[in-house]
Amino acid sequence: MTLVNKTAVLEIRDLRTSYFTEGGEVKAVDGISLNVPKGKTLGIVGESGSGKSIMALSILRLIFNPGRIVAGELLYNGADLLKKSEKQMRSIRGNNISMIFQEPMTSLNPVYTVGEQIAEVYQIHENMNKKQAMSKAVDMLRLVGIPSPEKRVHQYPFELSGGMRQRIMIAIALACNPDVLIADEPTTALDVTIQAQILELIKDLQQKLHMSVIIITHDLGVVAETCDDVAVMYCGKVVEYADVRTLFTAPKHPYTVGLLNSLPRHDVDKEELEAIKGSVPSPFELPEGCRFAPRCPHAAKICFEQLPELNKLEDRSQVRCWIYTDKWGQQPEVNRTP
Amino acid sequence: MFQYIIRRLLQTIPVIIGVTIIVFLLMHLIPGDAAQVIVGEGVPQEQVDQIRENLGLNEPIPVQYFNYIGGLLQGDLGDSIRSSRPITDEIFTSRFWITMELAVYSTILAVFLGLTAGIISAVKRNSAADVGIMIIALFGLSMPNFWLGLILIQYFAVDLGWFRPSGWGTWSQNVLPVITLGTGGAAIIARMTRSSMLEVIGQDYIRTARAKGVRERVVIYRHALKNAMIPVITVIGLEFGGFLGGAVLTETVFAVNGMGRYVIDSIRARDFPVVQGTVLVLSLMFVFVNLLVDISYRYFNKRIDLN
Amino acid sequence: MNEILPETRGTSFAPSTNRHGRWRSFYNRLSKNKAALVGGYLVVLCVITAIIGPYLTQYDPAKVDYSIRLLKPSAEHWFGTDHNGRDIFTRIIHGMPLTLSVGFFSVLVGAVFGIILGVFSGYYGGKWDAVIMRVVDVMLAFPGILLALAIVSVLGKSLVMVVIAVGIFSVPTFARIVRGSTLAVRKLEYIDAMRALGASDRRIIFKHILPNISSPIIVQATLRIAIAILTASGLSFLGLGAQPPTPEWGAMLNDGRNYMQEHPHIALIPGIAIVVVVLAFNLFGDGLRDALDPKANK
Repeated sequence: MTLVNKTAVLEIRDLRTSYFTEGGEVKAVDGISLNVPKGKTLGIVGESGSGKSIMALSILRLIFNPGRIVAGELLYNGADLLKKSEKQMRSIRGNNISMIFQEPMTSLNPVYTVGEQIAEVYQIHENMNKKQAMSKAVDMLRLVGIPSPEKRVHQYPFELSGGMRQRIMIAIALACNPDVLIADEPTTALDVTIQAQILELIKDLQQKLHMSVIIITHDLGVVAETCDDVAVMYCGKVVEYADVRTLFTAPKHPYTVGLLNSLPRHDVDKEELEAIKGSVPSPFELPEGCRFAPRCPHAAKICFEQLPELNKLEDRSQVRCWIYTDKWGQQPEVNRTP
Repeated sequence: MFQYIIRRLLQTIPVIIGVTIIVFLLMHLIPGDAAQVIVGEGVPQEQVDQIRENLGLNEPIPVQYFNYIGGLLQGDLGDSIRSSRPITDEIFTSRFWITMELAVYSTILAVFLGLTAGIISAVKRNSAADVGIMIIALFGLSMPNFWLGLILIQYFAVDLGWFRPSGWGTWSQNVLPVITLGTGGAAIIARMTRSSMLEVIGQDYIRTARAKGVRERVVIYRHALKNAMIPVITVIGLEFGGFLGGAVLTETVFAVNGMGRYVIDSIRARDFPVVQGTVLVLSLMFVFVNLLVDISYRYFNKRIDLN
Repeated sequence: MNEILPETRGTSFAPSTNRHGRWRSFYNRLSKNKAALVGGYLVVLCVITAIIGPYLTQYDPAKVDYSIRLLKPSAEHWFGTDHNGRDIFTRIIHGMPLTLSVGFFSVLVGAVFGIILGVFSGYYGGKWDAVIMRVVDVMLAFPGILLALAIVSVLGKSLVMVVIAVGIFSVPTFARIVRGSTLAVRKLEYIDAMRALGASDRRIIFKHILPNISSPIIVQATLRIAIAILTASGLSFLGLGAQPPTPEWGAMLNDGRNYMQEHPHIALIPGIAIVVVVLAFNLFGDGLRDALDPKANK
C-alpha cells in the first residue's frame, strides 16, 4: 500500500490555486492533498477543466496572472516549495523537478536547434560551457532513443515528427536527473502507436534514473499501464484517491465508476459504452453540494446541499461521496431532470 | 536558400516592369496636351512643338515606352526640362544619397525606439509604463510628421538654438529631420513589437523554458524576442518605404536638398520627366529593400519550409 | 485585452458567450474597451461637429479682414485669427466636414476597388489571382505617399483629385486583406456544399463570402480613414490639395508656417485638429479590431 508510504519525495498539502477573473474567483485547484512516493508513479485523472494541469503547473510554481497559488504546502524532501525564493525555485525547475507537456509540436522553441534547447539545461543547472553541454545533449538524445543523435542535435524542431519532439521534451526534462517528472498529458497529441512507445520510454527511464513520476491524463488506459496510485479529480477537487488495483477493481465514486464504464473493455461483453450524462459545470456556477451531483445517477437530497469530505475507507482508498458515509441512510434519490 | 534568392529575384522582375509602366504612363495621364501643360500658357507654338518633339510624344505610345525602357537600361532617365541636365546626374550627384541617409537614420531610430518601447510594454503589460508607452505610440501614429517638424524647429532650433533649423549634412542639421521622420515608424514598430511579444509569451515553448529553470530575463530576450522579431522584420521593411515617401514632407519642412524636395519642386515647375525619374528611383529602391527584408526574413524564420 | 487565462488554454474556464447574440457579444467586448469607447465618442463628436458646426459659427471662414489679422486666442476669437484676419476657430469647424469627407470618400474608393479585386482574386484564383496580385504588388512598390503624390501631380491640384489619389493609394491594402479573408472563407466546407447545390457564384459571393469577411474590412476601413486623413493633409500642406481659401487643415498649417516665431497658434491649432481626428479613428479602429476580430491582433 503506497498511499501512506512515509518516503514521499513530494507531499502536496491542501493546495489551492485560484484565477481571479472579471467573472469572479475560479478555484481551479481547491484544496488538494496528495503524496508522490519515491520511485513510484502517481496518476491524476480528470476531464479537461478539472484543474489537473493547473495543479501540475502549481507544483513548479508556474502560475501567472490572473492566477495565484492561494494556500497550501508543497513539501519537496520536507521543505516547502511555496516558501522558496524565485531564485531557489529556478534552481529546482528542470533540475530536481521537471515537466513535459501535452503539445510536443508547440512546446519546443522553433528558432533554436533541439541540441541547443537540451544543452541550455546543462548550462543553467550544471554550469557547463556550450561545448560540454552540447556533447551531453547528444548523450541525452541517445538515451531517449533518437537515432543518429550527432546529426539530430543540429536539427530544428520543425524537422522532427511529433513523437520525436516528445522524446526531445523528455530529454530536456531528464537532462539533470530530476527526482520528480511531471508529465502533463504526454501522449494525448500523439498517434496511438507512438503513445505506447513514449509511455514505455518514460517507464524505462523511471527505472534507470529512480525518479518519481506524476502522470496527468484523461486516459484511464494510460493510468492502468503506468501508475501505482491514482487520484481522480473533478472540478478542482480530488473525488477518489486509491492505488491502481483498487481503483480498477473496486471503484467507489460514481464519477470514477462512470469513467470506467465509458471505457471499452475486453473482459466484459457490453453492447454499448455508457457516457456520463451532462457536462462539467462552469467554474463560475459550481453546484453548492457535491460538484458531481447534477450528473450523478445516485444523487440524493444531501448531495445537492452539502459537499462531502474525502473519507478514508477500510481498503485505505479515499473517496469524496455521501454514499460511503453514515449519513447515507434513508436519503431519497432525486429525480434527474432530463 | 540560394534557390530562394534566385526565385525571389525573378519575382521582382514583373514588379519592376509594372513600376516602369506606371511611371511611364504618368506623362500620358496628364489631361490635355502634356507638352502644352509643361510649358504653360502664352508660349509660342514652336516652343510647345519643340518640347513635344524632345519628349518623343509624337511617337506611338508603345514605341515611346520601349524608348523609355531602352534609356533606363543605359541609366538614362531623360533630361530635366528646367535645367536641361540629365536627371541621372541631378539625382545621383547628391540628392539620392541625402534621402537615403535620412531614411536609413530614421529607420535606425525607429527600430531602436520602437523595439525598446515595445518590449518594455509587453513585459510590463498593463503597468503604468505600458499604458504610457502605448498612449505615446498612439499619438506618434496620429501626428502629421510635417507638423511635428515645424514644432521641433521652432522649439529646439529657433528658441533653444540646440540644432540648426534647415539643411542636411552636419550632426546639428540631421537630428531634427531624423526625429521628425522616424517618430511615426517608431510608434508602429512599438505597437507591432508589443503585440508580437505578447503573442509569443503565451506560447507553449515559453512555458517549457520556464519549466527548465530559465531566468525570466533570459526567457524574454533569448526565447521570446527572437520569435517575436520575425513579424516585426516585415514591418521594418515597410517602414523604410514609408520613410522614402515621407521624406517628401520632411525634406520640404527642413529645406533638405534631397529627392523628396526635388520631386515637389519639379511638380510645382511641371518638370514631369524629373517627377517620373525620382518616383521611379525611389520605388526601385523600395523594391530592392523589400527584397533584402524578405531574404533576411527567410534567414531568421527557420520554420518556413525550404521548398 | 482579450486572452484571459493564457496558462489554462484547453480548459473551459472562459465564460461561454454563445448564449448572447453575435452583436451583443461584440458590443459587450467593445464597451469593455475604454480606449475604443473614447475613440467611438470622439468620432461621433467629430461627425456631429462636421454636420451642425458650420451653422453655429458666427464668422465667415473665408472673409479677409486685415484689421484683425494675427490676433491671439481670445473670448472673441477662440483660436485667434490668421494672417488674413480670418477666425481660426471658424475655419477649423468648416474644415471638419472637408477632412471627414476626404477620409471617408477616399477610403470608399479604395475599399470598393480593393474589395472587387480582392474577392475576384481570392474566389476565382488561378490566372485572375496571379494577375491581380502582381498589379497589387506593383502598386505597393511605390513607397508611402509617393503614388498619391504622383497621381495628384498629373491630374491637377484639387481636393477631389486628392480623394481619388488617396483612394487609389488604399486599393492594394484592401485588395490583399479581402483576398486573404476570401480564401479563408472559400475553404470552408459549406461553400463547397453551396456550389454542389447549384448556387451561383454571384449568390455565394454576395450572400456568403462578403458578410463573412465584413469584420476585417470594417476594421481596416476605420484605420485606413486615419491614414487617408494624414496623407490628404500632407498633400494639402505641400500645396497639392485644397487650394486657398479652402479651410483645409493641412493647407492652413502651411499658411501658418511663416508665422511660427511670433504667432505659433496659426500652425499649431490645425495640427492639433488633425491629431484629434486621426487619433479618434485610430482608437476606434483598434477597439473594433479587438472586439470583432479578437485573434488577429496585428
